[in-house]
Amino acid sequence: MKAERETAAFGNAQNVETTVLGADEIILNMGPQHPSTHGVLRVKLRLDGERVVDSECIIGYLHRGVEKIAEHRSYQQFAPYVDRMDYVAAVSNGLGYCEAVEKLLGAEAPLRARVVRTILTELQRIASHLLWLGTHALDIGALTPIFYAFREREEILKIFEKYCGARLTTHAFRIGGLQYETYDTFERDVKRFCDDLGRKIDEYETLLTANRIWLGRTRGVGVLSAADAIALGVTGPALRASGVKWDVRKAMPYAAYDRYEFDIPTRDSGDTYDRYSVRIEEMRQSRRICLQAVEDIPGGPIMARIGKVLKPPPGEVYHSVEGPKGELGYYIVSDGTIQPYRVRVRPPSFLNLQAFQRMAKGAMIADVVAIIGSIDIVLGEVDR
Amino acid sequence: MVLANMLFYFFALLAVGSALLMVTRRNIVHAAVFLVTTLLATAGVFLQLQAEFLFVTQILLYAGGIMVLFIFVIMLVNLDVEMLLVQFNRQWSVAGALAFALAVQVFFALWAGRDTLHLPAPPSQLALKNTETVADALFSHFLMAFEIASILLLVAMIGAVVMGKRRVE
Amino acid sequence: MSHLIPSSILPLVVPVLCAVVIVLVLPLLAGYIVLVERKVMAGMQARLGPMRVGPHGLLQPIADALKLVLKEDIIPARADKVMFWLAPLVSVTMALLAYSALPIGPAFQIADLNVGLLFIVAVSSLGIYGIVLGGWASNSHYSLLGAMRSAAQLVSYETAGGLALASVLLLAGSLSMKDIVQAQLDQGIWFAFYVPFGFFIYLVASIAETNRAPFDLPEADSEIVAGYMTEYSGFRWSLYFLAEYANMIIVAGIATTLFLGGWLRPLARYRDHFPGTSVELLDAVPPLLALAVALYCFHLAPKQPVKIQKLVMAGAGGACAVVALALAGALFAPASVMQGVHGAFWFLLKVFTYIYAFMWFRFTFPRYRFDQLMRLGWRFLIPLALVNVIGVGIAIVLREQFDWNPFLSLVPTTLATLGVAMWLVNDDAPAAAANLEATIAQSGDGE
Repeated sequence: MKAERETAAFGNAQNVETTVLGADEIILNMGPQHPSTHGVLRVKLRLDGERVVDSECIIGYLHRGVEKIAEHRSYQQFAPYVDRMDYVAAVSNGLGYCEAVEKLLGAEAPLRARVVRTILTELQRIASHLLWLGTHALDIGALTPIFYAFREREEILKIFEKYCGARLTTHAFRIGGLQYETYDTFERDVKRFCDDLGRKIDEYETLLTANRIWLGRTRGVGVLSAADAIALGVTGPALRASGVKWDVRKAMPYAAYDRYEFDIPTRDSGDTYDRYSVRIEEMRQSRRICLQAVEDIPGGPIMARIGKVLKPPPGEVYHSVEGPKGELGYYIVSDGTIQPYRVRVRPPSFLNLQAFQRMAKGAMIADVVAIIGSIDIVLGEVDR
Repeated sequence: MVLANMLFYFFALLAVGSALLMVTRRNIVHAAVFLVTTLLATAGVFLQLQAEFLFVTQILLYAGGIMVLFIFVIMLVNLDVEMLLVQFNRQWSVAGALAFALAVQVFFALWAGRDTLHLPAPPSQLALKNTETVADALFSHFLMAFEIASILLLVAMIGAVVMGKRRVE
Repeated sequence: MSHLIPSSILPLVVPVLCAVVIVLVLPLLAGYIVLVERKVMAGMQARLGPMRVGPHGLLQPIADALKLVLKEDIIPARADKVMFWLAPLVSVTMALLAYSALPIGPAFQIADLNVGLLFIVAVSSLGIYGIVLGGWASNSHYSLLGAMRSAAQLVSYETAGGLALASVLLLAGSLSMKDIVQAQLDQGIWFAFYVPFGFFIYLVASIAETNRAPFDLPEADSEIVAGYMTEYSGFRWSLYFLAEYANMIIVAGIATTLFLGGWLRPLARYRDHFPGTSVELLDAVPPLLALAVALYCFHLAPKQPVKIQKLVMAGAGGACAVVALALAGALFAPASVMQGVHGAFWFLLKVFTYIYAFMWFRFTFPRYRFDQLMRLGWRFLIPLALVNVIGVGIAIVLREQFDWNPFLSLVPTTLATLGVAMWLVNDDAPAAAANLEATIAQSGDGE
């Protein structure tokens, strides 16, 4: 009975292996309550001594039925729900959803709204990467960067709070544009934050980038080749760290990204260190975008003329944005009523987590924690 | 003098008592811990004989090195089954008879030589400290034996490493 | 007075008093070192640390100690009760026993053994039993593994540390702690400058010996394999904790005595006097330092937000001023008193600096993985320590047989050791690169 269950756990449709445990193999269960799984993630590891032979992620502990709820809410009513998926980077979720529905309606937000959206989204990307940096470093044993990262993140959250009243689940955007005008010191706050951030990122790098111990813990750990990454549907910094230069902001520009100059950092070995390096560089590029955008925010209306009751014509749309974790996509099917027929979210963390099995093969137990951290998952998004 | 005697009897009792407890324990880890206590008590006796280098070496190497390895091995090998087995009951009578004969012989020998059991008191101030004396002897008179012992240890270490390596098949 | 005490007991009175002082003071001191660590951690992390329990958190250790003592004593169901009780006891006893040979200043030492150094190392090695028995007695597979790993780490780094100490022994010529400090006085220089590699190796080895970051994988909370302390709670856990901090102070004490001149003042041979008195110029430094700290406290006192914090800060300033007065007064006391007081001051200052460095490392560096830790010990530190000992031996031969200048004799050997160190450090690179290739290849064709 137990052997059957284990077979079911570790086999898959194409390749049902008999999983009789080898002489020294044990099954170790990590989570769902564990300080390093970043949420309610359960990881089952099959270990041969110190090495991971196989692994399985068991998710669903945070499933809230968001996509089902969408079928029973109007388009505007559903907008606050999307924030709760990737709760660390709520603004990106909101951007993806609002732009998807705008596409369905055939409308476009005015330029001023798009520019402000870009600024807020890039600030949110920086905030998400800061949280990732702090927790990842903490898992590997560096006790200090998390406090520095949260100090900077606090500044961003203050900007959000001044803008829309909420720090975390902001519901900052509306379908068709923005509800709130930027507050009077918005440009100054953003500029001051971005000016400061360059030095702060250098501070984090001083602590980690060239540190022998950090290199020893992250170099060569959790390698994901480019072919594997593409095959598994990995997107975002993890994909770029494996060498594939793909960023939705450049490939299929949205919001106001085509107005600004920025680089897409890539690295070539796809290990944990490269994923760290890519995200640090992305923070710098986001800062660059913010500084350019905040120089001249065009005037004009902040809301498109789409009316109060939204009834998109029957049809379907898939729109994706580059969230901090990867390509966040919304597939919305409309049947002509005020409630969508189906909202399907392409959660980047869910797909990136699939790569964990490949990355963890052959790693040691202590590396498992580093690998999970480097994928940067948010269980709210994985489970929805 | 009184204090020295008291200390000696304390260490001696501790050593003998721990040794007795060690051989009568069922739980093998307890037995190992009592062996450690015996070694420490013996080290105390060494210290009273003004052999402080031996005292420290006994603690550092024997109690702090060799016994730690003993305990590692004991803990990593699952001995629960063995602990529940009945010990060799059938040979009790033969063992008892032999032990009695040996005890009689030992007591007789001690009683016969009781006049010669006084050891000369160690000099109150040794010319050279114990460590220097030992080192001097080891590296001059006993150099050959020392080197042979070192090579033996080296061979044992290499052998252990080679045998402990996982065979890659 | 001395005719009231029987002559056999008389030589024991002072050592017993010193021992009583140490046993009483040490738990309190360890508690306050924890508070200092939390405050230093907070300072490095841009926050305040404990502030609520007592002004500036000064009563935090008392609160923690009370909580731990009053906590329910939980023993795992099938644990070996005797061993469970014994293990933390062994840890604490060995940690405290090591203080008997440690000289805190020239006047305060329980026993000046002529194998003092070896005794402290031996007793520290007995502390491993506390860990191993604790892990085994918990009746948990993971506790046992964690304990084994901890013990393996301790044994490996003890070897490296012992070899580093051996290089100092060659220079000092004696195992007695007092003689080693005297040798540093006679040779006019702290051994840390004579054998910087020995100091470096001992620094790293002592961090690993005390299970501090970056070598604290066995007891880290974000790791999967639980440490040996997992099943211990309440008072038993606090014993382990006390043992860990007592160990930290011991290794700091050994490092101070052997490498940093013990109770010697920096520039101990500089004997210029104040004109007209017998007070040496540099001996005025301790009271001036204490006075500077007192003035700083007084300066900060009015800036505290809350009245009680103002009072406490002023009180701290007052206490430092009293210390400054005592140190200054000792300057005019008989020589043995002066030496004792100032010696203790310098010793404690150096010990706390060493411990501060420990804390600094803990909050700066990430953690080593266990196999990397063992590789560092066996493939870097031990070969380096061996080369260091050989180097110091060669330097001594050069100094005595060929009459080289002492400093000059150490330069070539230190450079050679440096070369070996650089080679050893980069020796890891091929292994790591091979590792990387292997994992890339493995992930590539594991389709």
